[in-house]
Amino acid sequence: MSTGPILYDVAGPEEKRRERLISWVLGVVVLLGAGALIWRLAANGVFDDRWRILIEAPPNFAGYEVQHIWMAIFRGLGSTLLAAVISLPLALLLAVALVSLRTSPFAVVRGAVAVAVEVFRALPVVLVMLFGVLVLPGASPLMAVVFGLVLYNGAVFAEILRAGIAALPKGQTEAAQSLGMGSFLTYRDIQLPQAVRMMLPSLIAQGVVLVKDSSLGYIVGYAELLRQVSRVTDALTNAAYLLPLLAVGAAVYIALNIALSRLAVWVQRRSARTRRTVAATPLAPIVED
Amino acid sequence: MDHLFEQRSAIWDAFLTTLSLAGISGLLALVLGTVLAGMRVSPFLPLRIIATGYTEFLRNTPLTIVFFFYVFVTPSMGFSFSYKVAAVIALTCYTAAFVAEAVRSGINSVAPGQAEAARSLGMSFGQNLGLVVLPQAFRTAIPPLISVFIALVKNTSVAGAFSVLELFALSKRLTNAYSADVITILIGIALCYLVICIPLGRVAAALERKAVFGR
Amino acid sequence: MDLTRRILLGGGAAAAASLALAACGGGSEDPPVEEVDPSAFPEGSTMARLAEAGAITIGTKFDQPLFGQAGPDGDPVGFDVEIGKIIAGKLGIAPENIEWLETVSANREPFIEGGQVDLVVATYTINDTRKEVVDFAGPYYIAGQALMVAADNDTITGEDSIAGTKVCSVEGSTPAEYIATNHPDAELVTFDTYSKCVVELNNGQIDAVTTDNVILAGFVAADKENLKMAGDGATFTEEPYGIGLKKGDDDFRSFINDVLEESYADGTWAAAWESTAGTVLPTPEPPAVDRY
Repeated sequence: MSTGPILYDVAGPEEKRRERLISWVLGVVVLLGAGALIWRLAANGVFDDRWRILIEAPPNFAGYEVQHIWMAIFRGLGSTLLAAVISLPLALLLAVALVSLRTSPFAVVRGAVAVAVEVFRALPVVLVMLFGVLVLPGASPLMAVVFGLVLYNGAVFAEILRAGIAALPKGQTEAAQSLGMGSFLTYRDIQLPQAVRMMLPSLIAQGVVLVKDSSLGYIVGYAELLRQVSRVTDALTNAAYLLPLLAVGAAVYIALNIALSRLAVWVQRRSARTRRTVAATPLAPIVED
Repeated sequence: MDHLFEQRSAIWDAFLTTLSLAGISGLLALVLGTVLAGMRVSPFLPLRIIATGYTEFLRNTPLTIVFFFYVFVTPSMGFSFSYKVAAVIALTCYTAAFVAEAVRSGINSVAPGQAEAARSLGMSFGQNLGLVVLPQAFRTAIPPLISVFIALVKNTSVAGAFSVLELFALSKRLTNAYSADVITILIGIALCYLVICIPLGRVAAALERKAVFGR
Repeated sequence: MDLTRRILLGGGAAAAASLALAACGGGSEDPPVEEVDPSAFPEGSTMARLAEAGAITIGTKFDQPLFGQAGPDGDPVGFDVEIGKIIAGKLGIAPENIEWLETVSANREPFIEGGQVDLVVATYTINDTRKEVVDFAGPYYIAGQALMVAADNDTITGEDSIAGTKVCSVEGSTPAEYIATNHPDAELVTFDTYSKCVVELNNGQIDAVTTDNVILAGFVAADKENLKMAGDGATFTEEPYGIGLKKGDDDFRSFINDVLEESYADGTWAAAWESTAGTVLPTPEPPAVDRY
């Protein structure tokens, strides 16, 4: 928290000493716990030769050399990024479209949008991807993956934006109306830009979810990062290699997502500097995964 | 259609499995997540570091990898669980990170005057958090928490790849057995998820409206 | 549990096998590609269309050892892949113009129906419910379900001795279905790939892995120290592998059946087997195709 502690007093000298002591004790306990865990792992052979797979592939049926393993991982990373880069803007577009339809003068349209959002939010992404193969004639695996990611995340993005608009001070809308702006113009020029800025943390967090959900593409045979990793382990036929290879997979995801989050924080800082935001009360992020 | 009817008891069992996975892990994640959120605002640096590291790590890892850890890695460390228990642990650990974020933003939304007033009454950190801040934080955190639970219900589908016969695993079993009816089967399974998630969404919307009026 | 030893020994077994594989040419010799005049095929037929385009999309598995498994360059290798190349060759399509798409059990029929793939050669068992939505050429191989156990397990010898044990297979696969239906007294454990079953077998969490004998043979060959076939590889079902194609395309189906019969006669079928699954399994008699 950037504002400093609000839940406890800034400690005096004696209290500070006590706090420091407790912190040290806790720190030592944590380190001991972590050490015991690592020792236990080592005793069970988790840190044995199997990690050598990352620098030198053992002889195997499929004829894999170590560079093939890394190439497969990079191909997977490429596919994951491709799916994310296509889906993210499309999902945002869909969300904006859905939210603008909510300002429609026809109750039928508003109702239909509300139902669509509820349904796509409630379905597992894997199921929607499978539907993609069934309902889109001739859909490639990539299209099915994008279909699932866009429908689901579009619905969630739409909910986030709606919550942002609902949280705007009433005066914004009233001022726009008093200027003679219609409901669509008010939405487009007044509400949406402010809602996007205010909800940026939630939008980004959901973007991270989108990246991770691309790993569900295995269901339609899309060769994303995790699928590639599991193909390599299958090809090496030795189950012990599952651990080091999946560790690499996890590391790549974490790096990717932390980069995405950092980017978001940076964008937000920049926009906060150029303009004082209306967000007086920080809103709880609506994140789904 | 006939096949769905023939398989109704299997579907019912899978539905209950999905529901119990979500219910049990949801409750546990709520507890763990709240503790984590409390740790993040506590005066002790090691606790803050652990809580921050935990949430950042789990929020950025695909759930499949968390499952993998509890199903395949922990047995080689000498801890093995039944597949259902492993699924509950994996879902709990993963969801707790999201719960912690929701609760923490709830804590941030409580007016600073509240915590300051509590401090001026001489309340300790624990009293301040437990008696004053958290009860108010939960009020704002409920809609995002319900979103987290909706996501949890759907995430139980990952357990299907790790030997728990829940709705999604059943859909794979059924589509393989009756390849002519893939669409009907998938729609049937989708309806089961909607039955759980739509009411949750309605509750969230109702609470949200109430919270707006309550201010 | 000494994992180091296991890996070294497993690696040794795999090394021996890969030497054997290299000796056989490792599938580097592709089946012949014929000079084909597209107009020789009946006008409007699938064969004419594919020969004209000079390209074909074939669905196969990417995770079945010996049959269809992702190779070093990302393209699949195995017996199914060789069969696909033989068929493409008869249409005048070179191996490099084949696009391989991964089919998993959930997308096999939808991909055939939707036209994403022209053919599916993917350890795809011919059965009546599937025939309601797709047609099958072949069979080109008859596998059978078998059990794989830890090398020191002498109690499980066949399907009659699995009561009360944990048996692992892939969710939504025919072998899993068979155990669930015929052996409710065994505990069925299911994952999304067979390699996870093997991890659990090595971890001692399950007692046996079951699927088609040929797939298990690949795992045993790679780790003979720890794994073996139960009851010397006795099979208890018949799984005729067919080539899936769009329902009602009878011309294409009989064309593929002709191609298969020719490959039986001229030795390309046997060569395809020997360069892939034949590195660990004896060469069988080719099965008679079923022109239903």
